[in-house]
Amino acid sequence: MTETRAGAVYGNNEQPLLELKNLQVGFRDGKTLIPAVNGVNLTLYPGQVVAIVGESGSGKSTTAHAIIDLLPGTGEVTGGEILFDGKKISGANRKQILALRGSSIGLVPQDPMTNLNPLWRVGTQIKEVLTVNGIAKGKAADQRVVELLTEAGLPDAEMRARQYPHEFSGGMRQRALIAMGLAARPKLLIADEPTSALDVTVQKQILDHLDTMIDDLGFAVLLITHDLGLAAERADHLVVMYRGNVVESGPALEILQDPQHPYTQRLVSAAPSLASQRLTSAARAHVREQATEAAQENLPGTQEFGQGRDLIVEVENLTKKFETQGGRPWAKEYFTAVDNISFGLPRGTTTAIVGESGSGKSTVARMVLDLLEPTEGVVRFDGVDIRSIKGKEEQLAFRRQIQPVFQNPYASLDPLSSIFDSIAEPLVVHKIGDRASQEARVRELLDKVSLPASVMPRYPHELSGGQRQRVAIARALALEPSVVICDEAVSALDVLVQSQILSLLNDLQSELGLSYLFITHDLAVVRQIADDVVVMQSGKLVEHASVAETFDSPREEYTRKLLDAIPGGSIKLG
Amino acid sequence: MPETPRPGQERFVASIEETPLRDIDVVDTTAAPESQWAEAWKRLRGRGLFWVSAVLLLGVIVMIAVPGLFTSKDPTMCDITLSLAGPAEGSPLGYNLQGCDVWSRTVYGARASVSVGIFTVLIVATIGSITGAVAGFYGGWIDSVVSRISDIFFSIPLLLAAIVMLSVVNNLFPERTFWTGVASVVLALSLFAWPQITRQMRGAVLSVKNLEFVDAAKAIGASNRRNLIKHVVPNSMAPVIVTSMISLGVFIVAEATLSFLGIGLPRQEVVSWGNDIADAQVLVRSGENLDVMFIPATALALTVLAFILLGDAVRDALDPKAKK
Repeated sequence: MTETRAGAVYGNNEQPLLELKNLQVGFRDGKTLIPAVNGVNLTLYPGQVVAIVGESGSGKSTTAHAIIDLLPGTGEVTGGEILFDGKKISGANRKQILALRGSSIGLVPQDPMTNLNPLWRVGTQIKEVLTVNGIAKGKAADQRVVELLTEAGLPDAEMRARQYPHEFSGGMRQRALIAMGLAARPKLLIADEPTSALDVTVQKQILDHLDTMIDDLGFAVLLITHDLGLAAERADHLVVMYRGNVVESGPALEILQDPQHPYTQRLVSAAPSLASQRLTSAARAHVREQATEAAQENLPGTQEFGQGRDLIVEVENLTKKFETQGGRPWAKEYFTAVDNISFGLPRGTTTAIVGESGSGKSTVARMVLDLLEPTEGVVRFDGVDIRSIKGKEEQLAFRRQIQPVFQNPYASLDPLSSIFDSIAEPLVVHKIGDRASQEARVRELLDKVSLPASVMPRYPHELSGGQRQRVAIARALALEPSVVICDEAVSALDVLVQSQILSLLNDLQSELGLSYLFITHDLAVVRQIADDVVVMQSGKLVEHASVAETFDSPREEYTRKLLDAIPGGSIKLG
Repeated sequence: MPETPRPGQERFVASIEETPLRDIDVVDTTAAPESQWAEAWKRLRGRGLFWVSAVLLLGVIVMIAVPGLFTSKDPTMCDITLSLAGPAEGSPLGYNLQGCDVWSRTVYGARASVSVGIFTVLIVATIGSITGAVAGFYGGWIDSVVSRISDIFFSIPLLLAAIVMLSVVNNLFPERTFWTGVASVVLALSLFAWPQITRQMRGAVLSVKNLEFVDAAKAIGASNRRNLIKHVVPNSMAPVIVTSMISLGVFIVAEATLSFLGIGLPRQEVVSWGNDIADAQVLVRSGENLDVMFIPATALALTVLAFILLGDAVRDALDPKAKK
C-alpha cells in the first residue's frame, strides 16, 4: 500500500502540506524555561503518512500539539516555524488557529475512553464538528454524520449515531473519533497514539481501515507512536525523536533496515515485534535440570511441596464466575470470566498466557496466586491443591514459593513506603533475619535487579516506571520463590526499558531456576521470553502449544489473527 | 524501489555529539530522597495561603495557652456600672452590657470555642476513620451494617440533633463546669458528625484496597490487619485530614450557634465567643454599640476562616494535580 499511495500523489503536489522548521518548544516552570523540543525539522506532503516515533518524554506528542496550538498551559513555542500549506501558522492568533482546527487539521486523540463526552450521543458530537465548522446544519448534518460513521467503518451507522459512548467498545469509539477528526475533510489528520489503548486485533482493523480511507480521500496523516514496527508498517516517512531531538529521519523501510544513529539502532534491535527470538542466556540450557535438582534436594521451606514434580503449577478445569447485578434485585446473573481452563507450568520454564482485554488471563493469574477463589476447578502447586492449604505456617510456606509482579509500575509499590521497606516487607512478614541481615539481603536483591543500593531510602515516585518494576521484581524474589507470576509486567514500559526488564527476567530465571507464568496481551513479547503459550479468548483456552509451534504453525484461527495483528510483523529486516 | 526523496525528506542522521545517548533508565540520585509527606510539606511551605492561616492560628493558640499575655483583666470580673462604657485606659475595646471588658472576654473566649472544635474533630476523625476503614476494607455484612448505621445518623440534621441532645442533657444536669460544659457540646456534635468522615474514609479505602500494592502484600502473606494498618489506611488518610481541618471551623460555628440559642456552653461558667455574641444580641435591635457584638464575631470568623484556608492549602499540597 505504501507504493500505491506514494505513486498516486507523487509529482503532482510538490508543495509540502506541513513543514516544521527548527521547531522549539519549552515548558515554563516559574521563571525557568524547560526545553522539551529542540529544533525539529519535518516535511509532510499531501496524501503522505509521516510517523514520529519515540519513547515517552521524547517530545513527540508535544511537537504534534504545538502544530495545532494545543500545548498544555505552561507550554509555548520558543523558536522555529510551522508552515501549513505554505503559510506560517506558528505565532498565529487564536482566531486563525481556531479556523484551522477541524477544518484543515483534524486530530484523533490517544485515549478513546476519555475523549468522548459521556453525556452526549455520539452522533451529536460529530454533528457539532460539522456545525462549528459551518459545513452542514440540521437534517443535512444528521445525514452527513451517518455517512461519516459508515466511512469510518461502523456498521449500522444510523443506529450507532443515536447511541451514547458507553454503548461503544474501545475500537468503535476510536472509529467515531476518526469520523470526528475527518468530519470537516481536513487536509491533515494528526493521530496521536490512535490505537495504543486498543487490543492488537482491533488496532489492526482500525489502521487497515484508516489506510483505505487515506487512499480514498487523499488526506495526509501525521502519526505519533511509540511503536517502531507500527510506524514502519503504516508510514512512508519516519522521524525518530529522542529527548527532544530528531535523531534520524528518512524513508520508513530504509531506516528500519539500515538504522544509522545509535539510538535508532537500539530501538530497532529492541522492538519486540521485529526481534522475535527467544532471549537466551548462557546457562539457559541447564535451567530446567538445575530447577528439578534443586526441587529434589528438598530445600528447607519447600518441604511441603518439594516433590520434584515436572509440573510445578497445574491448573485443572479452572472456572471463575462473577456475580453481576441482574435486571431485578433478587435476580442474580453470572459472568464467566474464566471457563474451564487446564494447563501446566513445567519447572524452570516460562509459560505465557496471551489474550486480549477481557480474555480472563489476569483472573487466572489471581487464582493461581490464591488471591481469588475459583468457582470450580483446582490449582495445584507441586501436587498440592492450594485451597487445601490451611494453617498460618503452611499458608506462609506456600506464599514463599509463588510471588507476583504486577502490571502497573505506578500502583504496584506503596507510595508511602520507602524502597527498602517495600523490598524488606516480605522478610518482615515471614520473620526472616534481624534488621541487619534484612538490610544485607535488600542490598543483594537490588544488586540482582541492577539497581544501586542508594535507592533504598528513596520513595517510588522518585523512580521511573522501569526502576519501580525492578523494585517489584526484587520484592518478589526476596523470599526465594520458585514461581513468579508476571501479570503484564512489562506492558506499561517503553520499549528499550521493556527489553531491559525482559532480559533481566531471563537472566534471573537461569540464575535462580525460576518458573514464570507470564501474562501478556503482546504476542511479540511472548516470543522473547516464553517456552510455551496458552492463548485465551473470552475466558476459554484456545490453544496451548510450544512457542515455536504457535508461531510457525498456529492451529486455531484466533491465534493466526493475533499473529497477523503484530505490528511490523511482516516487515523483513534487511 | 529506490525513490528519490522529495525536498525536505532526505535521509537525515543527527550527529552523535549533538544527541548523545544516555544509559537506559538510570537512577537519578541528584536530589535527596523525599517521602510524599515531605514533598507535600514542601509544597505547603510555598503557599501564601498556608502562611496567612498559620499566623492567624498561631495567634489563637497563644491566646488559648497564655491569655495573660494579651490582657491583664479578668473576663469574669464585671462591673455593671461600666455597662457599655467606651474604651478606656487598660480597656482598649470598652465594656459590654454587663460591664465586662470586651477585649479580655474575646481573648479568654478562644479557649472554649477552639476546644470544642478540636475535641469534636479528634473524636469524629477517630470514629469516622476506624468505621470507614473497617467497612471499606472488609466489605460484606460489616460494610452493610456500618453503612446503614452511618446513613441513619447522616440523615439527621447536625444542629437539630445537637439542640435536642443538649436540651435533654441540660435538664438532667443543670450544674455544669467549664469542662463538663465543653464535653457535653463536644459529645452532642460528635455523635451526629462522624458519618461524614466514615463515608469519606470508606470511599478512599475502597479505591486504595484494589491497588496492586495491596495485592502484592497479600501475596507476600501479610495478614489483613497488617495490610489495612500498614498500607491501606495511610494511603487513604489525605481526604480525611483535609475534611477534618475544614470541619474544625464548622464545629466552632456550630458551638457558637448552640451557645447563641442558649443551650450550648453554660453562660455563667464559660467565657466563649458564642455566649458573648448571644449576650450582645439585644444590642442589635437598638442599633447602637454594635462593636460589642462584632468583636467576638470577628474573632470567630477569623478563626474559622483560618482553619478553612489551612484545609484548602493542605488539600492543594496533598493533591497538587487537583488544582490544575
